[in-house]
Amino acid sequence: MHIVVCVKQVPNTTQVRINPETNTLVRDGVESIMNPFDENALEMALLLKEKHEGSTITVLTMGPPQAEAILKEAVGRGADSVVLLCDRAFAGSDTWATSYALSTAIAKLEKADLLLFGKQAIDGDTAQVGPGVADWMGLPCIAYARSIEIADGKAVVERAFEDGYEKLEVSLPCALTVLKEANVPRMASLRGKMAARKLEIVPMTAEDSGADPEKLGLNASPTRVVKIFSPPPKTGGVLWQDEEPAEMAQKLVDLLKERKLI
Amino acid sequence: MGLKVDLELCTGCGACVSVCPFCALVQREDGKVEVNEACTACGACLEICPVEALSMEVVEKKVDTAVLDAFRGVWVFAEQRRGKLQEVAFELLGEGRVLAEQLGVELCAVLLGSEIQDCAVTLFEHGADKVYMVDHPALKDYTAEPYSEAMSALIRKYKPEVVLAGATSMGRGFIASVAIQVSAGLTADCTELGVDTEKRLLLQTRPAFGGNIMACIICPDHRPQMATVRPKVFNHPVPVAGRTGELIQETVEIKDPVVRLLETVNAMQDEVNVAGAEFIVTGGRGLGGPENFKLLHDLAEALGGAAVGASRAAVDAGWISSFHQVGQTGKTVRPKVYIACGVSGQIQHLVGMNSSDTIIAINKDPDAPIFGVADIGIVGDLFHVIPDLIKSLKK
Amino acid sequence: MSELNYGLSEMAMEIRSMVREFAETRVKPVRAELDETGKFPTEILKELGKMDLMGLYIPPEYGGTFEGDSMPNLIAVEELSRVCIGVSVSFAANGLGADPILIGGSDEQKKKYLSPLASGEKMAAYALTEPNAGSDAAGIRTTAVKKGDKYVLNGTKQWITNGGEADIYTVFAVTDKKRGSRGVSCFIVEKDTPGFTFGKKEDKLGIRASATRELIFEDCEVPAENLIGREGTGFIWAMKTFDVSRPGIAAQAVGLAQGALDESVMYAKVREQFGKPIIANQGLSWMLADMATKVETARALTYATVQSIDRGVKDYSKFSAMCKVYASDVAMQVTTDAVQVLGGYGYMKEYPVEKMMRDAKILQIYEGTNQIQREIIGLALNKEYAAFGK
Repeated sequence: MHIVVCVKQVPNTTQVRINPETNTLVRDGVESIMNPFDENALEMALLLKEKHEGSTITVLTMGPPQAEAILKEAVGRGADSVVLLCDRAFAGSDTWATSYALSTAIAKLEKADLLLFGKQAIDGDTAQVGPGVADWMGLPCIAYARSIEIADGKAVVERAFEDGYEKLEVSLPCALTVLKEANVPRMASLRGKMAARKLEIVPMTAEDSGADPEKLGLNASPTRVVKIFSPPPKTGGVLWQDEEPAEMAQKLVDLLKERKLI
Repeated sequence: MGLKVDLELCTGCGACVSVCPFCALVQREDGKVEVNEACTACGACLEICPVEALSMEVVEKKVDTAVLDAFRGVWVFAEQRRGKLQEVAFELLGEGRVLAEQLGVELCAVLLGSEIQDCAVTLFEHGADKVYMVDHPALKDYTAEPYSEAMSALIRKYKPEVVLAGATSMGRGFIASVAIQVSAGLTADCTELGVDTEKRLLLQTRPAFGGNIMACIICPDHRPQMATVRPKVFNHPVPVAGRTGELIQETVEIKDPVVRLLETVNAMQDEVNVAGAEFIVTGGRGLGGPENFKLLHDLAEALGGAAVGASRAAVDAGWISSFHQVGQTGKTVRPKVYIACGVSGQIQHLVGMNSSDTIIAINKDPDAPIFGVADIGIVGDLFHVIPDLIKSLKK
Repeated sequence: MSELNYGLSEMAMEIRSMVREFAETRVKPVRAELDETGKFPTEILKELGKMDLMGLYIPPEYGGTFEGDSMPNLIAVEELSRVCIGVSVSFAANGLGADPILIGGSDEQKKKYLSPLASGEKMAAYALTEPNAGSDAAGIRTTAVKKGDKYVLNGTKQWITNGGEADIYTVFAVTDKKRGSRGVSCFIVEKDTPGFTFGKKEDKLGIRASATRELIFEDCEVPAENLIGREGTGFIWAMKTFDVSRPGIAAQAVGLAQGALDESVMYAKVREQFGKPIIANQGLSWMLADMATKVETARALTYATVQSIDRGVKDYSKFSAMCKVYASDVAMQVTTDAVQVLGGYGYMKEYPVEKMMRDAKILQIYEGTNQIQREIIGLALNKEYAAFGK
């Protein structure tokens, strides 16, 4: 079985701060990481590889040269091969153009039986690329997957809804977007890191992937960002401290009753 | 096309590098800046440059305006599950009506399912002028492929200029495919919508970067302009009993579903779902352990049946299931009363609850960011305050 | 953080960062629970195996990554110890159990038993101590009587680390009572061998995640090919093992003390009394200064010892004893000081330092008590200065 996992290098948005004076983002000191949900997707692939002997995993990312770091991390964890889709032509791509570009690169690889994505990237937060790629490739897509079992060319997948789960069956090949609760991503092994160190990654360009230049980058993207701003801070609350817990509790109950909330 | 650096003006100060959220600006050996492929053309760097060396080159595409003008109407996807219309469908009709008025067009609902005719009545009562319905056995249990096939067929035939869907598990699952199939622009998880009436553009505002920034997005030369909208942001409109509209039943050839539903597991049977609750009591890292959620359940009971929520930290620690998670990667809630206990108030959590009517926070740390959004902040030990609160409520 | 340059290899530095991250993300969140319940860290060890970290001391021909540099393994122990020595001793005890095989075993024995240890598939334990033979190791009474192509073992071993969890045990037994310490032999005994059972699991002051059990041999038949070396060589393997295992204890102590120091400085910077952080008080910052100096000295002596062993220094028993006794005494002092620095909070289980103080004590006791270590050093000095006096 050949599994393709798409990953993205993102800033660790939980570390990001806003400069209170200028109300702009402070990017300094924020490290670049493999998108956490993509780690879960990769772990799902690694667990399947362990269970299904002879399986291979290719990890693909579309990004600037520094995205190489997450591909090396993937090899450290056990991925067999990696692809860096890298070209200035991709700059400014929205999810439509991104999913198109990724699909052209995947089409150039050995046929994938399973295509895995993280649920969403923690910088873009759209959750659109996975289903988009699946559609470009004509593959069924099950989003928000928390588990997968494969037997006889079929996959049984549990997908999450707001209030529960559904168990679905689909024939391979298919695509999945993976939730955090699916697994706990492993750390890189020593041998994996040694292999990653020796890795020489030759980027795949837009030309290599055979992508139609009319469908790439800012130019081809149907959506465009007009502006970015920081959400205004909320004001006007009261703060009670240095009082006895019982007093504050009673004050709160009185206030809630006053406002007819209880 | 895109972000351009005037290397002659650039002084190599690096100010732009530190505000770029995507690490797309890199300083060369001589200090001057280069733009790499990570650039999303968001424009965050434009204002910070002291010498105005950065500019955004936007080449206006030659678009056949006649083609774009053929698209008219605001559509709302009326999400239903097992014959029951979801709350978000009504919220979208409410906002959809506002947009439709501004654009001077009809508001239509799209109803996909099997034997769901009865839902149409409610949709008219909540403001839909037309309901496009596809009633097909393949649409009985939701799977992405038949739903996107049906939706795309409708869009190609009737050409709406705006299509909205809830940013729910279902909505976000199949709408992305629709956008590819009809070559539309799609913006995810919007929290605010507006209209540029002159250009007939939908102005879509949404959080990104874990909620740290807001992005305003447009789709200038593709139609329809599609967006998924965050649940609980817009209001449920007041229904007008007896209001009717036009029901258009479409027959669409839909391929047999390739994904088969084997079984449904409702995991929240005995618990109040966070998503619709009027009162929510949330536990964070400050609770210290899974057993302490009992304290919150007691408080929830004392409040007359509140829902129990959790911050990402509590869910990640395995103290409670992810169904309770509130935040950027969890659920968005908008209860009457939200009580955050032992929650520090990271932005990723705040974006999930900061539209709550009354926010109350209990935390030991007076500098916790949650106090920045709380209407009532209590600095104290939750293990004392909550039992006292329960006592006072029971009096 | 500033660091001294100990001339570590790239591999050793890679191991430090890998194990530090592992310890922070996998061990720290569960250490309090492991301490309270006394649960064995099975999952943690399994994951270390998957990360290829269980074979750092085993040569490549037997499935490991050891190629003459002992520092990666030492640093792995140090970094795990920084977070929990209950976990690090469970990790290190495998090496201890394997040492007699590594040092004195035949090629077949190494192939059979070291490979599964390197992959983490199996675990090992070292079985020397008995109820009546602790410091006086030569006083062991477990017997091994040759019977055809087998040896029959009878006796009890006490306080065996990884006892019950390990699959491979290196057991010391008397094959010739008349020859004293030269009549002791070492056998490889596998779990589930008939006649080999386990006694109770000990309830300890510290290192509570570590499984400490009694081993009971009742007419336990062990194949003759499981004898390591010839009969009577047991003590040679035992003593050589101590010479390399003692720096491992020192590494545990250095890691533990470092962890306690980190907690102390962090606390002292944040805790405010009388309007300022307590680190602003000279009395306290001097305390931290002394703690830090001791930790670095212990580290330097330990690293120097191990690097010297790697470089082929012949006579290093004295130095192994020195780094063990010094580092473990430092660990006891520093962890106790850490509780003092954290004051009332230091005494509470909610904070990690009381566990560190409880954990530290064993380092002064096992692998040869610190009294024995001093005896070794004293005797060595006496011998070295033979030219002087009588």
